[in-house]
Amino acid sequence: MLRRSRRAVLLQGLALGVTAAVLWWLGHNAAASLQRHGISLGFTFLKQPANFEIGDTAWLRFSPEQSVGRAILVGLVNTARVSAVGCVLAIALGFIVGIVRLSPNPAASGLMRTGVELMRNTPLLLLVLLVAASLHALPPTERALHPAPGVFLSERGLVLPTLRVNGLSLWLGVATGATLLMRRSLGRTGWRTAVTAAAVAWVISLMARRPTIELAHLDGFNFTGGTTLSPEFAALVAALVLHHAAHISEVVRGALLAVPRGQRDAARALGLSRFQVLRLVTIPLALRAMVPLLATNCVSLVKNSSLAVAIGFPDLVSILNTAGNQTGHNIETMLIMMAVYLSLSLSVAAALNRYNAVLLAQGTPAQ
Amino acid sequence: MSRAPSLVARCAAALVLSAATACSGSAASSNIDGGAGSTLRAIRARGAVKCGITQGAGFATPDDAGRWRGFDVDFCRALAVALFNDADKTQFIPYTQQQRFSGLESGEVDLLANGTSVTSSRAMHQPLHFGPIYYYDGQGFLVPKTSRATTASMLGGATICVQQGTTTELNLADFARRNGITFKPVVMEDLRAAVSALAGGRCDAISQDGAGLATTRTMLRDPDAFRILPDRISKEPIAPVIRAGDDQWLEVVNWVFRVPVQAEEYGIDQHTVAQFLQSSDPAIRRFLGVEPGATDGFGLDPTWVANVIAKVGNYRDVFERNLGSGTPLHIDRGQNKLWTDGGLLYSPPFR
Repeated sequence: MLRRSRRAVLLQGLALGVTAAVLWWLGHNAAASLQRHGISLGFTFLKQPANFEIGDTAWLRFSPEQSVGRAILVGLVNTARVSAVGCVLAIALGFIVGIVRLSPNPAASGLMRTGVELMRNTPLLLLVLLVAASLHALPPTERALHPAPGVFLSERGLVLPTLRVNGLSLWLGVATGATLLMRRSLGRTGWRTAVTAAAVAWVISLMARRPTIELAHLDGFNFTGGTTLSPEFAALVAALVLHHAAHISEVVRGALLAVPRGQRDAARALGLSRFQVLRLVTIPLALRAMVPLLATNCVSLVKNSSLAVAIGFPDLVSILNTAGNQTGHNIETMLIMMAVYLSLSLSVAAALNRYNAVLLAQGTPAQ
Repeated sequence: MSRAPSLVARCAAALVLSAATACSGSAASSNIDGGAGSTLRAIRARGAVKCGITQGAGFATPDDAGRWRGFDVDFCRALAVALFNDADKTQFIPYTQQQRFSGLESGEVDLLANGTSVTSSRAMHQPLHFGPIYYYDGQGFLVPKTSRATTASMLGGATICVQQGTTTELNLADFARRNGITFKPVVMEDLRAAVSALAGGRCDAISQDGAGLATTRTMLRDPDAFRILPDRISKEPIAPVIRAGDDQWLEVVNWVFRVPVQAEEYGIDQHTVAQFLQSSDPAIRRFLGVEPGATDGFGLDPTWVANVIAKVGNYRDVFERNLGSGTPLHIDRGQNKLWTDGGLLYSPPFR
């Protein structure tokens, strides 16, 4: 036994040594060739003016004279925006598809199955390009669909009126919403008082500074004013949602099937309707099995959002590529990319793991 | 050679660890002894000029028979004619924009003739030299003919598709700021995505180098519905690139690349060069090597200038054959006219 463990220690030590040697060699090689080309590493370039424009900046403002760091932040926000919307929609669609696939109606389940297989077995890049290309079929700006004042749908995207709310009113609105959700921790009476107080303050602030609505209008090549949802954003989110919803639907289906039949039969025996059984018994129990896999799916959705470069959505990767090209600091931008994706993925995983822990604390189904 | 053992050791380690690629690069660079004349010696020993190119319609593309053709290719062939009196003693290595400088530095090619712009940062930060400028380009715009914009400054507020590149986005943002207008860029990694976005109306224009725009235009289903705006918003002077440290090779490249320009200025072309050999004009006699003294250096054949004109042609021959109105690209001579015709091409005297 002793000899065996000693050999294991020796082998592991050797493996560690080889790994360290490889890392040292790679680092040394990179450093030597950087020195040969007269390139120095450092992150001071983040403070330089970016000198490039970004087409889609959400609510952040950006202009070329602002810093490279700010440009990267805009890219990060764009990646986070796509990932958050994509993850929520993918889970929602995945749930619906997964449940419908278990329906006794063969037409419904067959249709869903075809869709799921199609989405799961084609490359995501193809889907992204296909959706982006099909959005080019929208009408040009002069003939934009105009269903309501300030709303335009054209190949330049969906333009919506912007609601301009005073900063204080915005935060009071958020506070009102937050107190509404805190019923359990505040207790019934305290909750009522808090909600009323927040709502009154909110309404007063709205009366004091009336929110204004800004309507967009066509001005030359593009619409000015309003809020534009770019076709690239829509195409990327749609493709990611379709692809990941297909995967999630399989997770959902598997988890629902894994709930012991006895639980459902017992619920039926209590007189619950089919929908009630699903809502009150099957889904809560199945959640325990699916949350870790949902987390995996959301993490890979975050990483897959980098396919944005193919269709011209300025996500983190696209902006880091441009910044690297322009400043010559490709190694640093690569390191930033790795660090950001690592922390994004880990935080998504951590959030869903925490939710999973809460669920598990509430108990697991009896097998 | 004192570095050799550690290099061998590192290569061995690299092979074991299957990370050989990084090592082969550094090993290759140590094979070049460098110094004046070394490149010429290597070319003569090899019997061919190795030329780094970047594939692109009109500039460097293989034809049906697999023979490389194009504007850049012809200038490389001129070097082969000057050295060997044979336009086929060439080897062409296609590079992407990312690979080109490491290909040159590692000694894989003798020069780059691939549309690299002369810039101060390249000249100062990289171990390379630029030869004479043989093509004047600049970033411009391709728009639908129905566009309201007839000049670049009328594109204010427009959505512009660009391919992610080294300076494309920078030039665009600089131009907008200089003129007090704004653009909405849509930055694509692949040019074809930008082309389909322009065709689909997602973008009001594509912006890239002028030569690139001419090629891009041919990629559209209906090229005649699009036009290239006359403005150029950046300077992209294209010149051959060689490794630093070989002055002799630099001079050979310099003077070979100037021959087509000077030949056009004298009115000598591919078909008339034989008659000009009988010319009584002393300048032409010196240029063509009829009277020795002006061009007979570096062990070159005394008649190399006449050979280059006969086998490759003057600047107009090369331009019209690859880029001009007889080709699908229809590129206008523009700034690439002789200085005597209002262009920028100017060769120092051969005397």
